[in-house]
Amino acid sequence: MYDFHYHRPKTLADAANLLKGKDEARPMSGGMTLIPTLKQRLARPSDVVDLGGIKELAGIKVEGNNVVIGGMTRHADVASSADVKGAIPALAYLAGHIGDPQVRNRGTIGGSIANNDPAADYPGAVVALNATVTTNTGRHTADNFFKGLFETALSDGELVTSVSFPKAEKAAYMKFPNPASRYAMVGVFVAKTAGGVRVAVTGAGPCVFRVKAMEDALAKNFSSDAVKDIKIPADGLNSDIHASAEYRAHLVNVMARRAVDAANK
Amino acid sequence: MNAPTGIGARVKRKEDQRFLTGTGRYVDDLPLARATYAHFLRSPHAHAKIKSIDISAAKAMPGVVAIFTGKDIADAKVGGLICGWVVKDKHGQPHKSPPHPVMAVDTVRYVGDTVAMIVANSHDEAKDAAETIKVDYDEKPANVDLAKALDKGATEVHAEAPGNLIYDWEIGVQADVDAAFAKAAHVTKLDLVNNRLIPNAMEPRAAAAEYDKGTGNYTLWSTSQNPHVLRLILSAFVLGIPEHKLRVIAPDVGGGFGSKIFCYNEETMVTWAASRVGRPIKWTAERSESFQTDAHGRDHVTHAELALDKDGKFLALKVETIANMGAYLSTFSTAVPTYLYATLLAGQYTTPLIYANVKAALTHTAPVDAYRGAGRPEATFVIESIVSKAAKELKVDPAELRRKNFIPSTAFPYQTPVALQYDSGNYPPIIDEAIKIADYKGFEARRAEAKSRGKLRGIGFSSYIEACGLGPSRVIGQLGGGVGQWESAQIKFNPTGNVQVLTGAHSHGQSHETTFAQVVSDKLGVPIENIEVVHGDTATTPFGMGSYGSRSLAVGGSAIMKAADKIIAKGKKIAAHLMEASVADVVFEQGTFKVAGTDKAVPLGQAVFAAYVPHNYPLEELEPGMDENAFYDPSNFVYPAGTQICEVEIDPDTGVVEIVNHTAVDDFGNIVNPMIVEGQVHGGIVQGVGQALLENAVYDKETGQLISGSYMDYTMPRADDVPSFKLGNKVTPCPHNPLGVKGCGEAGAIAAPAAVMNAVHDALAPLGVSHVPMPATPLNVWQAIHGARAAAE
Repeated sequence: MYDFHYHRPKTLADAANLLKGKDEARPMSGGMTLIPTLKQRLARPSDVVDLGGIKELAGIKVEGNNVVIGGMTRHADVASSADVKGAIPALAYLAGHIGDPQVRNRGTIGGSIANNDPAADYPGAVVALNATVTTNTGRHTADNFFKGLFETALSDGELVTSVSFPKAEKAAYMKFPNPASRYAMVGVFVAKTAGGVRVAVTGAGPCVFRVKAMEDALAKNFSSDAVKDIKIPADGLNSDIHASAEYRAHLVNVMARRAVDAANK
Repeated sequence: MNAPTGIGARVKRKEDQRFLTGTGRYVDDLPLARATYAHFLRSPHAHAKIKSIDISAAKAMPGVVAIFTGKDIADAKVGGLICGWVVKDKHGQPHKSPPHPVMAVDTVRYVGDTVAMIVANSHDEAKDAAETIKVDYDEKPANVDLAKALDKGATEVHAEAPGNLIYDWEIGVQADVDAAFAKAAHVTKLDLVNNRLIPNAMEPRAAAAEYDKGTGNYTLWSTSQNPHVLRLILSAFVLGIPEHKLRVIAPDVGGGFGSKIFCYNEETMVTWAASRVGRPIKWTAERSESFQTDAHGRDHVTHAELALDKDGKFLALKVETIANMGAYLSTFSTAVPTYLYATLLAGQYTTPLIYANVKAALTHTAPVDAYRGAGRPEATFVIESIVSKAAKELKVDPAELRRKNFIPSTAFPYQTPVALQYDSGNYPPIIDEAIKIADYKGFEARRAEAKSRGKLRGIGFSSYIEACGLGPSRVIGQLGGGVGQWESAQIKFNPTGNVQVLTGAHSHGQSHETTFAQVVSDKLGVPIENIEVVHGDTATTPFGMGSYGSRSLAVGGSAIMKAADKIIAKGKKIAAHLMEASVADVVFEQGTFKVAGTDKAVPLGQAVFAAYVPHNYPLEELEPGMDENAFYDPSNFVYPAGTQICEVEIDPDTGVVEIVNHTAVDDFGNIVNPMIVEGQVHGGIVQGVGQALLENAVYDKETGQLISGSYMDYTMPRADDVPSFKLGNKVTPCPHNPLGVKGCGEAGAIAAPAAVMNAVHDALAPLGVSHVPMPATPLNVWQAIHGARAAAE
């Protein structure tokens, strides 16, 4: 790892100030992606601003019809939260199946969605539940937040402060893990909320995406039969030594069916 | 009464105290004063000419102590790395032997090939400096695809090996086999790829070296499985440092699986450079370097055919294999696909005629050499896959077909048509026991129940044989091996009666400190806590051959038994003197010398004390002291055998294979510590399951980049990938070693791949799937199902 200046501010404002004006400064939440990247010398930030000291960023609360999760909330805390389990059990399940116990006790929701790894789990939940992402400078809808491979709507220095998830009437997440990394090779999050039915797919493509045909079918009939004949085109899906695009397309259908069945249980 | 500690007891491992409390001492833990740190600049290309290397900027970087390139090594006339086993091809010519420079001089031949060594005050400074070295490469096409490596026009890896052919070797008489095939009632054919594996020992390779200017002595600490052999190679062939001026220490080593047998570039460079730098040098591989540069395993492309008569008796087997050697010949690479592979093709069967042709090919990939099982898993996979396929084609029970062809217990010693003479064995009771434990009879009911849940259930057999306990030196010499394969031991009593057992074997996970202590405790009646097993240091232990090929107990343990016999013989003389009896009347029982028919007794400890304080001692006839050494050269290999039965369930929607039951029944001869043996079997099966379902070293066929170069893409088996294993054992003692033992370290990995893959094929047979490539990953299984469905439509 290259040398860098390490900062651990106590407030969001201090963090923003530290990041401002430095082209090569990087915020760090759980560090689950950044630290391995640094160790492999694939990144060379001048400054690393550790958000771990900012107390206001961590925590879970229920506000009306929404579960609001602070940006620095660890996956393990989401997985074990009674509020999350009560309101959106599928979200607690998702958080409880990210990485391994070490990752879940370090990694955060804000870090995960800001990084927008194509194989990350959280983007599926954010899009399927139509969550709202709040930052130190504004708000983003789920559909506008994830822009592409490792790309989001966040501008330089903009930090995720919280994610607000509307409660779901029915929801489930089904992940087919990559055999080696156990990231999502295909993950399908299905949710029925007051806003309608959404189906979000992570892992299969360069960025999380929705499957409109499945959403329409499920809106009429929320059962796995409704989606069983809906084929996903393989064009544009990821292809690697673990899964061809065709196999991923097939798995989207299988995982979607299983997610709907799980949501109906 | 204390818990038993002798042969057969489940003694808890003595070494676990330090391993489990984090107080083991590994190479990287060494506190060396004034140490420097080495980093190796490696080739990013699979094949390129080095036009120039500019180290001027790097030399000026902070903390840099020295930088060496291939040219420096060549100028210093350092020898290349050697291949220690000469295999003669089918025309009697020795294998092609292209040079293996310690660092690339003008050509790089695989991604990870060493280009420069940077020595600095810290590891980070060495890496910083490496980034400023400018290497001008002229990239060339790479030869990566093994199936095409020997094709006309394939890019040559070395001019010294035209057409990339290292040897074209054969065993058996092809015409006889062809004649048998002409008379066959049925012929089963099989094409398979034995997937390439990366060893992944928990501790990466490491080396540290120090040069003492005052004495001219070098010390190398290395993660070696065989420190004496490493010293011999470095002294006699590579560095020219006399053996007595080079001390090699292999302290605690965290796993090897074969990959730490070999003499590698980095430890050679670290030793060589230590005297030039004038300070100790330390190097520890990063995990990415381990992936790229540890010698890989397996990697065969094979076509096999089995001829059967109308009753299902095997008439003949023929096998054609292309074996990948990688870009350079590693230390024992040439022997693995010949004498450790083709000589095993008889398996447990009476197949009277066998012909095998093996072509060893160079490619622009990391060197390939022995990896847990080394040749024998590849042989077992061929035999056990084709036998199960034949059973399917003939619609006979796979267990019955095996039984029909087993070598009968009355036929031992049994001469196979492929050179080996099996010393002992009794195979039918093993498969019977496995069938009982696995509840084979109940399988069809379980299959039906699984089907009701939408799952495809299958069952697979693998009845393996292996030759291990390397080995009779004379035979190994006749086959081209460059070293003897005996083992050494020294039993050194201290005056107060406790014992140091020095062994030439090396433990890097095998539990010698416990097993060997049990042997000595049992034999000499010394409490186990008074026995210390010492290994891994050429300065303190007798020259020995190290540990690999499941040899430690069968060969090293036998040497310990011989040394113990000498202790007893000397003790008898001392005791006879003390008891004023005739030596012929003295017996040794449970640690005490006695005169039969009297109450005279001298405990061993008393005889030992007398030997060190010889006041009342037959000094005229007997030397003082109690310190005996022995060398043991076995008269044959040992032949463990067994049957594994694997049961899988496959999700046809996703292609996911789950192992639901896995049974292994083995004959390891006598067993010293059943708990440790079970642990070895568990670990071996998991590695075999890894090969069957998970692990695959994948290079990009165009660029030669290692795609599976990290745990993000190389699937190591995890605890939740395997069930609790069901084990059993049957014993036919080895008739030619004093303990009656056979080896147990590799068996699990040898048998498991075929058992798992046969179960996968059995599960998928109802869908018309005839072949799934190994590893049976979800993708490979799904594609096979998908392909079969498409063909049916």
